Amino acid sequence: MSEVKVVDARNTFCPGPLMELISNMKHAKVGDVIELLSTDSGTANDVPEWVRKVGHEMVGTEQVGDTWHLKVRKAK
Amino acid sequence: MRILVVGGGTAGTILANNLARRLAAETRSGKVKLTMLSASDRHMYQPGLLYVAFGQMTPDQLYRDQAGLLEPNIEFHVDPVRQFVLDRKQVKTESGKTYEYDLLVIATGSRIVPEETPGLVEGAETFYTEAGAVRMFRRLREFQGGRVAVAVGVPHKCPIAPVEVMFSLHDYFKSRGIRDKVSLKYYYPINRIHTIENVAKWAKPEFDRLGIEYETLFNIREVDPVNRILKSEEGIDVEYDLLIVIPAHRGMEVIERDKLGDGGWIPTDRNKLTMNGRDDVYVLGDTANLPVSKTGSAAHFQAEVIAENIASIVKIGAPVRDYDGKIYCFIEAGHDRATYAMFNYMNPPDLKPPNKPMHWFKVAYNQMYWTSVRGLL
Repeated sequence: MSEVKVVDARNTFCPGPLMELISNMKHAKVGDVIELLSTDSGTANDVPEWVRKVGHEMVGTEQVGDTWHLKVRKAK
Repeated sequence: MRILVVGGGTAGTILANNLARRLAAETRSGKVKLTMLSASDRHMYQPGLLYVAFGQMTPDQLYRDQAGLLEPNIEFHVDPVRQFVLDRKQVKTESGKTYEYDLLVIATGSRIVPEETPGLVEGAETFYTEAGAVRMFRRLREFQGGRVAVAVGVPHKCPIAPVEVMFSLHDYFKSRGIRDKVSLKYYYPINRIHTIENVAKWAKPEFDRLGIEYETLFNIREVDPVNRILKSEEGIDVEYDLLIVIPAHRGMEVIERDKLGDGGWIPTDRNKLTMNGRDDVYVLGDTANLPVSKTGSAAHFQAEVIAENIASIVKIGAPVRDYDGKIYCFIEAGHDRATYAMFNYMNPPDLKPPNKPMHWFKVAYNQMYWTSVRGLL
């Protein structure tokens, strides 16, 4: 069964939001959704660029206050 | 009060020694009992592996006897943990013993898992183990020229190591007079050459100046060791003559087996450093799933916070400090220059140009570590 997992990468410089997403995506199952929380504005561009290149699926991008919520579905 | 520290690496050892001195009177009177369990009777200075890989240190220089590093009021056992039974405040070990605790500290660290990537063990060199670092040095000595590819797995310990190894490779081949026969190329998982933006901003012009090429958004999928091809998740194939990989890491197997945390990383409060949902369990170092670097420096600063807090709990009944994400990492910028990155959760590092005195300080720290791990520095 597919799951939604929240990865809180707010207020972190190392390893940083995209690295946290990649790390968590490795252990997810195909179909799982990871919701990445980030306070780094660059994440809103960085994550979709990687997701597009590697072939996963962006499910949603939303900014609530200072926090970006980026949802990515593992596609392969 | 029974305080049990599981793990005799950098995190556990600094914590236990710091705590032992803070609670000297309480351990003497029998009010507190401090026990450490470790999987090994030896302690390794892991940053030294990079120097072994370039023939600048020998493996024997990286080790001390663990028992000799510990304060005398710490009861020490070499007895790896088989099972954590947190609901009963118990830890069961490989020898068949059961240790009970009032406060537990988990600092079991991490391990490389190159076997999870097809072809990596056969096709790549790594310097994250003693045997790997020695083998990598032999390969470097034999290497007469060609394409050297350096790729980075996720997650990995010591996030500065990928850039450090590039600078060291440049200086190593230059010192042998064959730099012009070697192409150096760096492959990094995200879309800049280091995850810390200010480190990337500093390292990129340095790479350009030294003729080090780079490709970003490159995550290792598999290695074809027969045809010497490195393949990425993003669909890129790279031919190489010598492949060096910083392998992906996991936490220890017992953490995953007991379902304490995905990937072996225990969910941990980023300020209190307690395991989520359990105020009687502290977690630090690589084992914690904190959004900070997996490095000895993070372990060191976390150990100081936890030691102060546990001592305060014993003395006044409450913890007194929060961890603010502090980290200080040396960055070797070759064989004779270095800089550093100091940052916390809220403030990014401000990198200074590398210089020789900072390199000498790092070389001195390679020995000062043994003072640091005793909780004195």
